[in-house]
Amino acid sequence: MSRAHKYDVIVVGAGGAGLMAARYAAQNPKVSVAVISKLYPTRSHTGAAQGGVGAALGNVSEDYPEWHAFDTIKGGDYLTDQDVAEMFAYDVIESVIELEHMGLPFSRTPEGKIAQRKFGGHTREFGKSAVERACYAADRTGHMILQTLYQQSIKDNVTFFNEFHVLDILLIGGECRGVIAYELATGEIHTFQAKSTIVASGGNGRMFKITSNAHALTGDLQSVVYRRGIPIEDPEFYQFHPTGLYKIGVLLTEGARGEGGILRNKDGERFMERYAPTIKDLAPRDMVSRSMYLEIREGRGAGPDSDYILLDLTHIDAHIIEERLPDITEFARIYLGVDPIKEPVPIQPTAHYAMGGIPTTIDTEVIMDGQNTIIPGLYAAGEVACASLHGANRLGTNSLGDLIVFGRRAGRFASKYAESAEFADIPKDAQDFTKNLLDKALNGSGTEKVATIRKELQASMMDNASVFRTEEFLTKQIKIVKELQNRYKQIGVEDKGKQYNTELMEAIELGFLIDNAEQLVYAAENRKESRGAHSHENHKERDDANWLKHTLVYKEEKGVRIDYKPVTLGKYEPKPRVY
Amino acid sequence: MKVNVKIKRFNPEADKRPYWAEYSLEVRETDRVLDVINQIKWEMDGSLSYRRSCAHGICGSDAMLINGVNRLACKILVRDLGEVINIEPIRGLPVLKDLIVDMEPFFDSYKAVLPFFINEDPEPPTERYQSAEDREIFDASTKCILCACCTTSCPVFWTNGRYIGPAAIVNAHRFIFDSRDQGADERLQILNQSNGLWRCRTAYNCTEACPRDIPITKAIEEVKRELLWRRA
Repeated sequence: MSRAHKYDVIVVGAGGAGLMAARYAAQNPKVSVAVISKLYPTRSHTGAAQGGVGAALGNVSEDYPEWHAFDTIKGGDYLTDQDVAEMFAYDVIESVIELEHMGLPFSRTPEGKIAQRKFGGHTREFGKSAVERACYAADRTGHMILQTLYQQSIKDNVTFFNEFHVLDILLIGGECRGVIAYELATGEIHTFQAKSTIVASGGNGRMFKITSNAHALTGDLQSVVYRRGIPIEDPEFYQFHPTGLYKIGVLLTEGARGEGGILRNKDGERFMERYAPTIKDLAPRDMVSRSMYLEIREGRGAGPDSDYILLDLTHIDAHIIEERLPDITEFARIYLGVDPIKEPVPIQPTAHYAMGGIPTTIDTEVIMDGQNTIIPGLYAAGEVACASLHGANRLGTNSLGDLIVFGRRAGRFASKYAESAEFADIPKDAQDFTKNLLDKALNGSGTEKVATIRKELQASMMDNASVFRTEEFLTKQIKIVKELQNRYKQIGVEDKGKQYNTELMEAIELGFLIDNAEQLVYAAENRKESRGAHSHENHKERDDANWLKHTLVYKEEKGVRIDYKPVTLGKYEPKPRVY
Repeated sequence: MKVNVKIKRFNPEADKRPYWAEYSLEVRETDRVLDVINQIKWEMDGSLSYRRSCAHGICGSDAMLINGVNRLACKILVRDLGEVINIEPIRGLPVLKDLIVDMEPFFDSYKAVLPFFINEDPEPPTERYQSAEDREIFDASTKCILCACCTTSCPVFWTNGRYIGPAAIVNAHRFIFDSRDQGADERLQILNQSNGLWRCRTAYNCTEACPRDIPITKAIEEVKRELLWRRA
């Protein structure tokens, strides 16, 4: 295989956003498109999403996009850019219908329409009560989206480079000219020249010990662009999903509560009634996860170590559980030996989703600074990106919505740009940075082990920078991350081979992951307020006067630098967030 | 608890033929086999190679032959296997390194059945309606994660690598029985070819191997029957 490639549009990542972007780019007959993915496309983590995709179709009860936009903004604790939320709430309706037209097998209402159910933070009439907005396919909605989009890519004859790891981005003269990738099968380095590059490579949850995220989610591109001087927006806002399986973090959908599931402490009390009297168990995730931590901290956790909460589905008709929640029922049975039909399931908050990411405009163009300076030829969509739809806390179902809405936009805008742009030259030394990166890992002293550093990173991030944060622990974690960065320089790998050197890739991924941790802890330490998923015990209140602004974290010679970007406000004045 | 793990290994850059490597280690009985393999890679032998991602049976990366049965390493616990664990790559696909096999022939068969929605009618402004009953008919086959546990457990596939295999048939079933789809005739013709559907000898291995509990043999029989009905 040739190691130099040229496409008008390159998509990095083959999950929901990447496949959607590729589809839309490929619809433009004037441009050539290829997708680079470090996994086979169907292995992408979009497939693990369960509960649904929120869109105000109104199939089950009255609903409007205005309500969805408001819920998204309030759910994001007013850090959401309001123009983005409004566009999204309309666009996602069209996108869901489009998925159905592609054959996606949604569950159905008795009339044969797309079925919808309740989900956290989604309400009617600006917060009056929970509304059925989540369009679902049993509890495997993400799986069906991923399969459907992959099926369409076969139909469209999309070109894939599977098991290729993107390790560098070609940022030359202020514009993006493509990427450098490592081919896992051969160990060869490839140069992909492109007029437009769309980054859609997913999240970074593997920096935490307990996570719902796949092993592959190591924040690669969040680090690749950061090393090249592009900032990361709002990384301090990291979502912990309330219902992860105890100790292993595997996700149990919020749809379980949408179907009537109840969270209980060791006394059997439905404690969410105290924290969110109106919508109770269907409060947004940041609030539920915090409430669970507080219950445990105050001695009301269940189990021998009083360290978990119970998700109770036993009062729900067994038939409904088997039909609408089959996968999570199986997870509880297999991994914990607990049958949700008969007994409550032990759960704990699990690291789930990065609200922040590579900053983009509403049109998915990657930006460089607080003045929205665009990097020509570079686009981002999905969890890796931050158009600031989710603000300080994402509502359940809005991640799948994000993938399809922003994937589409990225495909459209990137191909349109590529149509008129010219290929720019790639310098001869373009691969040097990547070669050096691989050499260091291959020929390092090996006095430090990759697995040891990764384990320490994950454990310390969980202890010091997860649901509740304090000045003391964040400062401590900054120190730990710096130490781990230094120790990382001494790693080595045993496998010196060229073919399927998965050990080498794990080593490189760990380097990326540490960068992601750095972004998060510096931004978290810097933000002296509590907002959404960032809950700071020394600064317990939201502080709109000083902190109604986005963080931008830069990596520079001298160290980490922090800057800001204004929040786009609109119809909805920031108000106290009660449910 | 202590487990003895034997893994069939092969490094194309160093080995002439595959060999069994043995590892003895302390694990928890609630560990997934994937956790055990990770522990070997991370603590004992970094060169051990395999695919994995989601670690809870959804992505389909880590199909392996474990104690004689095709399974996902992330969906079987140590306590269900006991102290002796033997792991080999899934059979019938070329081994590239250790537990990594060439998945291309598998995906080629999948692509051959036109595994995408076909409906040439103008798109309605809303969703296409489908009754809950019609949706239920093909529900099980939508669960497929393309892990290849079924196809690589099929004795017909072992002897004839060109047999299209159960996974491809399940994915054809998913569309043939979807009331909204119009491509059934085309797919049935493809399945009617010499390396298609009729090679199935109902050995049932596929159904037993499926980590998603898809009744695969039943699906294959339904497609066979549909083909006969349409021919008649």
